[in-house]
Amino acid sequence: MQPEQFRGETRQWLEENCPESMRTPMPEDETIWGGRNQVFKNPDSKVWLDRMAAKGWTAPQWPKEYGGGGLNAMEAAILRQELGRIKARQPLMSFGIWMLGPALLEYASEEQKKHYLPQIIRGEIRWCQGYSEPGAGSDLAGLQTRAENKGDHYLVNGQKIWTSYANYSDWMFCLVRTDPDVPKHNGISFVLFDMQTAGVETRPIELISGSSPFCETFLTDVKVPKENLVGKEGTGWTIAKALLQHERTMIGGMGGPRQTVRDPSQIAEKYVGKKDGKLADDALRTKIARLEMDTHSFALTTEKFMREAKAGRPGPAASMFKYYGTEMNKRRMELMLEVMGTKALGWEGEGFAKGELDLTRTWLRSKGNSIEGGTTEVQLNIISKRVLGLPDGSKK
Amino acid sequence: MVKPLTEEHKLLQKSAKDFVAEKLPVANLRKLRDEKSETGYDADLWREMVELGWASINIPEDFGGLGFGYQGLGLILEETGRELSASPLMSNVVLSTAVITEAASQSTKAELLGQIAGGETLIATAIDEGTHHDPMGITCKATATESGYRLDGSKNFVLDGHTADKIIVAARTSGESGDEDGISLFLLDKENKGLQVNRLHMVDSRNAARIILEGAEVGKDALIGEEGKAGPALNKALDIARICVAAEMLGATRKAFEMTIDWLKERKQFGVAIGTFQALQHRAAHMFSEIELCKAVVEEGLSAIDEDSDKLSLLASLAKARLGETLTLVSNEAVQLHGGIGVTDEHDIGLYLKRARVQEQTFGSSTFHQDRYATIKGY
Repeated sequence: MQPEQFRGETRQWLEENCPESMRTPMPEDETIWGGRNQVFKNPDSKVWLDRMAAKGWTAPQWPKEYGGGGLNAMEAAILRQELGRIKARQPLMSFGIWMLGPALLEYASEEQKKHYLPQIIRGEIRWCQGYSEPGAGSDLAGLQTRAENKGDHYLVNGQKIWTSYANYSDWMFCLVRTDPDVPKHNGISFVLFDMQTAGVETRPIELISGSSPFCETFLTDVKVPKENLVGKEGTGWTIAKALLQHERTMIGGMGGPRQTVRDPSQIAEKYVGKKDGKLADDALRTKIARLEMDTHSFALTTEKFMREAKAGRPGPAASMFKYYGTEMNKRRMELMLEVMGTKALGWEGEGFAKGELDLTRTWLRSKGNSIEGGTTEVQLNIISKRVLGLPDGSKK
Repeated sequence: MVKPLTEEHKLLQKSAKDFVAEKLPVANLRKLRDEKSETGYDADLWREMVELGWASINIPEDFGGLGFGYQGLGLILEETGRELSASPLMSNVVLSTAVITEAASQSTKAELLGQIAGGETLIATAIDEGTHHDPMGITCKATATESGYRLDGSKNFVLDGHTADKIIVAARTSGESGDEDGISLFLLDKENKGLQVNRLHMVDSRNAARIILEGAEVGKDALIGEEGKAGPALNKALDIARICVAAEMLGATRKAFEMTIDWLKERKQFGVAIGTFQALQHRAAHMFSEIELCKAVVEEGLSAIDEDSDKLSLLASLAKARLGETLTLVSNEAVQLHGGIGVTDEHDIGLYLKRARVQEQTFGSSTFHQDRYATIKGY
């Protein structure tokens, strides 16, 4: 299809199918993560999700045979633009779409793809990620959660940490050690299991922002059927790395949730005032401009990358997006604090507007961005070694 | 010039360290926060601090103080800063004492400084009105009446405002926002009918308040110093307070840094302590260097107060800006280098991050003081 024809048809379809209330800013409690526990506070959210899912547009570039949209990169870009034009809400937030699905497309069996992908597209399973452990953070491959081969199933024992929304999730994709006697990267397998399986327990972790988006997950004699193994036994690390590339581009601000960017330039006038048509504080004005120029450049780079991307996963360059996007977001939040002064330092109660209190929490939450999904330090290592080909000093 | 610490100073430092370690560790702040303490500090511990002489250390002997100066007070502030100890030290003993000392008549000094030294009366000082520090930008209005003055306006981010018995309010009797001339100081009782004080719940769980003045009537005797002439005294008192906050920030910076170094030695990944990685070693070494400069700058500032140096303003801006930037750096790096545990509420390092940003805004941000430094230097 010609791009302009596709644009016209898309625009018309959205006009007819995107409910009016789905073109307004999304309140926190109307965010749709799908899964068996999803409550649709606004019924339009359900209508919007179902219509988008039926088109396969919750996963626009996945193959049609699994329920995806089957769009090429150009068409997907047009769809994003048209959704942005009418300020349409994201119909579905989903680790299944951003992280797991692409890995399944690459590594899962035909049977597994047919089983899981359509459910992910329809938002029927909410997934969480069982990667990090208390002793395996940056050294993820050092993970110790043990999966013993018991014939028709694995018996899984161990502890995961930083499991996003484990307490709300239906299923977990999880890294386990199936062979403790081989070099650490070769003994890892990638399995899927239902969070309602006996022996799975979650405990939320309270963050400095006061929210608890992560959990500790305890696995005690959890029986995982053999058919839930993705790829071959012992190849989990390869799948894990591929999935991480998707996760990193997501956290870096690409491909994942369209974020409502809090922009210092828009609020500075209110908090700092203007003088002769310019922000009253010269030094702050320069800092804001510098950040905005970096943000602009990063957005252009993201668009360029998505335009030129071949089908498949982003490769080690994902680390650049993860590194730059999260560090820039932290800078942006720090600058918001500078602009807003004491108004950005409230915790609760009177004397602060709701948006101001939200900002305090968002600033604190941003500190985790450069830690979760592989720290900034890990990303810089990957860029140095895998992109630049610099020698690895740790391998003597 | 900085004089070496005397034996008395060293004893004071040791007793402050011991007292804070035993009674006011960071766990104390966490407890006040979790119990949603109404006062935001522990009154019994405050009494003990007063008994140790901490409320009178910087008050001249003529006015019932110990006359031990700011070099001594700085040692205490560094210790309380290390543990984020909650107390009325900064509002009452530092800022209000300095304001009274610089602005008040002999008789008012004798009365009010005696009350502060005794620890019975807490006095807060209300200066800023907007979201950013701007002491000469005061618009709060004081209008002369037959019996005295009537005050109207509002004040933001008044340290310890809601627990104070009395509040010194900086208001404008003439001139316009931005003028140093025309600023006057008034002492208001917390019972004043035109005064409304609301606690602000800040991210660092420490005390600050918003104050609204609506036709607050005071007598002529409420005026501290001369009418309209408080600007220079207020600036000088703020410079003293800025250096003192910098001393407190130095303590917080050093503690956050030490916790981070300990973690680099303790946390193992890839079979080794993460402190063996050169990239992290260099970041730690860089922070160490910045902190060394901070120590010198704070010492110089404290001595400048004691010597009544003509470089006080310059050194105050130097100290506040340098500590602001260094504490921002160290608090950010401390969280990042702690990794996941660093962003949990359970770990103390997050409390340092939160406190750091409130300290950064207290009595002027780094940008405010960089700009002011340039102005003082004449460029």
